[in-house]
Amino acid sequence: MEQVIANGLYLGAQYALIALGLTLIFALMNVLNFAHGQMYVLGGFVTYVIYGQLGLPFVVALIASAITLAAVGALIEIYLFRPVIRKSHREESTMLLAAAIAFFLDAVILLLFGEKQRGVPKILDGVLNWDFRIIMPYDRIAIGVLAILIIAAFILYMQYSKTGRAMRALAQDRVAAQLMGVQVDRYSMIGFAIGAMLAGVVGGLLVTITGVNSGIGGPISIKAFMMVMIGGAGVVSGAIAGGFILGMAESVGLTVFSGYGDVTYLIIFASLMVFLAIRPQGLMGKPWG
Amino acid sequence: MKLLIRSALVAALSVGLISPSLAENKLLKIGFVGVTSGPAASWGISNQRSMETRAAWLNETGGVKIGEDTYDVEIVSFDDQKDPKRAIAGMEKMAQEGIHYVVGPNVDDGAAAVRPVAEKNGIMYFPYAFPKELYMAPASNAVLGMVANYQSGPAIYKYLMENKGVKKVAFIAANESDPLSQRDGGVAAATALGLEVVADKNTYQNDTRDFVPVLTPVLRTKPDLLVLSGVAPGNAPLLIRAARELGYQGFISTETAQDAQVLQEGAGELANGFISVGGASTPEIRTEAMEEFIERYTAMFGEYNDESNTKVYALEYILETMKANPASMASVEEFQKTMDTFEAPNIYMKGDAMLKYVGMTSFGQKRQVSVPMVVNEYVDGEFKTLFIAEVD
Repeated sequence: MEQVIANGLYLGAQYALIALGLTLIFALMNVLNFAHGQMYVLGGFVTYVIYGQLGLPFVVALIASAITLAAVGALIEIYLFRPVIRKSHREESTMLLAAAIAFFLDAVILLLFGEKQRGVPKILDGVLNWDFRIIMPYDRIAIGVLAILIIAAFILYMQYSKTGRAMRALAQDRVAAQLMGVQVDRYSMIGFAIGAMLAGVVGGLLVTITGVNSGIGGPISIKAFMMVMIGGAGVVSGAIAGGFILGMAESVGLTVFSGYGDVTYLIIFASLMVFLAIRPQGLMGKPWG
Repeated sequence: MKLLIRSALVAALSVGLISPSLAENKLLKIGFVGVTSGPAASWGISNQRSMETRAAWLNETGGVKIGEDTYDVEIVSFDDQKDPKRAIAGMEKMAQEGIHYVVGPNVDDGAAAVRPVAEKNGIMYFPYAFPKELYMAPASNAVLGMVANYQSGPAIYKYLMENKGVKKVAFIAANESDPLSQRDGGVAAATALGLEVVADKNTYQNDTRDFVPVLTPVLRTKPDLLVLSGVAPGNAPLLIRAARELGYQGFISTETAQDAQVLQEGAGELANGFISVGGASTPEIRTEAMEEFIERYTAMFGEYNDESNTKVYALEYILETMKANPASMASVEEFQKTMDTFEAPNIYMKGDAMLKYVGMTSFGQKRQVSVPMVVNEYVDGEFKTLFIAEVD
């Protein structure tokens, strides 16, 4: 049981980090960023090239992933989402744009990095073995702790920095924030850049554990959407809760139901449908949006 | 950028825009319908690139002489995205283009879905899918392009039983039709050999990134051998790494082709001892022609994929069979007649290995290409031959 809990906590930490960026972008701009998984993949490949291929320190690679994706996110917001949001009041316009960006990034990543699964050297060797009750490689522990630290730093930034407060104001009431002098364009761009940066950072972190390949963007996005739906779209604490709930559900389900084939996801999806029917706004979302 | 330019050049070459001998030779179109995008892209891309490499090589050296005419080979590709509906659309596109020979699809449901289209339109196709009904009468137009798991699995299990003392085996598979059918075939083969199957229900989603929770209950059964049934090359290193990090010290094997670089990057030395099946995979059995194929593939696409050690063969079989009976270019019935007696030298493998169609034992008719069943062991970044066997 200890191993199951440890697996669930580790999965939960990485899932929560994946979901954070997605929910931030949704909160600020009401945009469902279908390209979130592809941004994760791009971040993974940047770390792969800099740490795995060029042999530079992992920290440098991680920072490069963060900067690259922040730049990509900012450019996407300025040149793609901003004009579309300005010209169209239909929500599906941004959804279609996000889907198009996802397909575009998929194709570009496949062309640039090829079809193979890529991996990098371990950042830490060795395995923690607590009397065979918990077995956890040190690099997983390090990545799990780093993920939790990044989540904590993000919450503090959103809570106490001027930019964070402005973004929260935007998320709560766009018109009121604008009337109070918050520059909507500027903070939407910053928010989108931070959301993309978070995707890039988690991609860079996890390439050391799970590697990366050009085709995983779509499935990552789907999982991220599940977490956001569980926690409540646009709510940071909800995304974190959703990540840990999904991680723990996977870990427990895969152990308890291991003798019955692949029923874990069946149960998770069925539970999610029932849950959303009862509480469509998710755990911490508000019914009015 | 270099890769981009190279890819553009390849694309241009493959559509015949700058082929120098195109004006002189006739054109022979061969199709490919398979998965070249998404998580399983590696399977189809290695197929497509193998065909494009060989076609470019043949065209550069004057083309292929079939009967009285010489042809340049053009590969017409269609990405089915691992979706049976798209595979049907792909096969229909091939029919509209008048193509009679197609390599692919890569997976069971796609291969089954295209059967009516292929048989109706006179198309022979070479799937990388294992269901026997695709190759047994009354099915007529599918030719298995590799060694099936029910052919290689028993050989591997028997080898490990007799040489390594393996007694208990556990199976794990992705929750998709191919891996599940391969798992069931493996379980049946292991049981028939007298092995104790300690786990055969554990599955995972194909897009799983972290396999520790998946493997934790499997490894509690303490198997001597862990079989990764139908594992995708992208998932193999993740499964191996997770198993080794959880303390598993037994054998790990699969019946699908893998790539050494992917194993090296994804699992490093933890992948040492991993057993898989390849084609002309190992340096000691490769001919100079195979080495040249690898060099040309690498020059065209930037890096080689070891899965192509198996996938190099399908196009070769199609062309050599046409050479043996030029009437088969327009008639798959002629092609099928030729298959029963066809033999040609295997230019990729040392020794006196021959290209020939097999499958009488498994399918009751010759509907499988004879590729060498090379069982490999991964050791420090490369495959080493464990043993070589033949199907049929």
